[in-house]
Amino acid sequence: MDAKLSTAFWALLKRDLRLAYRHRNELLNPLFFFVLVVMLFPLGTSPEKELLMTMAPGVIWVAALLASMLSLDTLFRADFEDGTLEQITLSPHPLSVLVLAKIIAHWLVTGFPMILLAPLLAVFMYLPDEGIGVLMLTLAIGTPILSLIGAIGMGLTVGLRRGGMLLSLIVLPLYIPVLIFSANAVNTYLADLAIRGQIYFLMAVLVLAITLAPIATAAALRISLE
Amino acid sequence: MGDSTSELSVQNIACTRGYRELFTELNFVLGAGQILRVEGKNGSGKTSLLRILAGLAEPADGKVLWQGKGIRHPENNYFQSMLYLGHKPGIKFELSPLENLCMAKALHGSKNENGIEEALYQLGLYGFEEITSGNLSAGQKRRVALAELLLTNARIWILDEPYTSLDVVAIAFLEKLFQQHVQAGGMLVITSHQPVTLDGCDHQRIVLPATELERVA
Repeated sequence: MDAKLSTAFWALLKRDLRLAYRHRNELLNPLFFFVLVVMLFPLGTSPEKELLMTMAPGVIWVAALLASMLSLDTLFRADFEDGTLEQITLSPHPLSVLVLAKIIAHWLVTGFPMILLAPLLAVFMYLPDEGIGVLMLTLAIGTPILSLIGAIGMGLTVGLRRGGMLLSLIVLPLYIPVLIFSANAVNTYLADLAIRGQIYFLMAVLVLAITLAPIATAAALRISLE
Repeated sequence: MGDSTSELSVQNIACTRGYRELFTELNFVLGAGQILRVEGKNGSGKTSLLRILAGLAEPADGKVLWQGKGIRHPENNYFQSMLYLGHKPGIKFELSPLENLCMAKALHGSKNENGIEEALYQLGLYGFEEITSGNLSAGQKRRVALAELLLTNARIWILDEPYTSLDVVAIAFLEKLFQQHVQAGGMLVITSHQPVTLDGCDHQRIVLPATELERVA
């Protein structure tokens, strides 16, 4: 990265974090949703320890996935409406790198806090202590994938007035492999089996998403701005 | 004065909105030190033309060339040489004018040494640099966006209705700035419903949907 591109990258990352801080109430919504869904689950089913224990990884992951999807709107919507997205697109720097800065900022304020909240929710759900580490590991690999894939969908739908439904139709099928492999990794670990396969798969998807998603998002944004 | 190769040339471009054809076979060349004023009634495609020139939209037909190559050509530095300010504010209301301009400067990789404080001072925003832009008046918000003109090295300025919500003093300041820019070999494409007085400049206008340039005396 040459000096000027890295200046633009860090400036944009810092700008988005600063904006997120000035809108901290909005930021709490997806996290609140994440905690509430998991907390309401035992009330709707039964508070039995065995039942909750088996459901815990799946429930926590589904909640994380939906919370992350809910938060996608904040990624480009405001910038699209006030015209700053146009200015970002017209920058001489590669749009995909600038978009990556925005995605990282988005993950830092949505995905990252979810990893920190996960142990608390795991305790609510009677997840055995040894499973908590693996749950956090899968979230640490998985939530960046959710932000990266979500950015493509958001890039495609940002120009539509009611793109919410379309966004979930585009993004959810791509989220499902992450959900399956992550929840399965935790359950497998609790059954004392090797989870290397699942972790490798998630890491491979993460690498793929980091390399390709910013390019796809940049292309999608250019279409939306036309 | 700039060399003859640095020119923006538009070849046979057409623009459609839905099924409606806004203009076809539009041709012109804008050289160093020239002003192009785009006129036409509401909905005649002024903004669409400017967005095509800025590279935000693709023309339905034809091409836009900078120094003889397409504006997206990898060897071309079009996006370093061009500044576009559109209808939308282009600034973040949650950030202060100072933060907004720091961002703009980083994004466009401008080598211009003009200080941001100096630019804000010249646009009469001294004392407002730390206030959230959302609390400024409409005209002041516009001034924050226009302060970018003082920070950029861009040769081509593409401005869509820059005078909106500005007061007389600010308009006079801008006109002086445009004159300086053009006399230094810059180019300016502008739309405005208000009369623009730019004396002593190479001044052309196009009235959409007509596709002929006229020279303004």
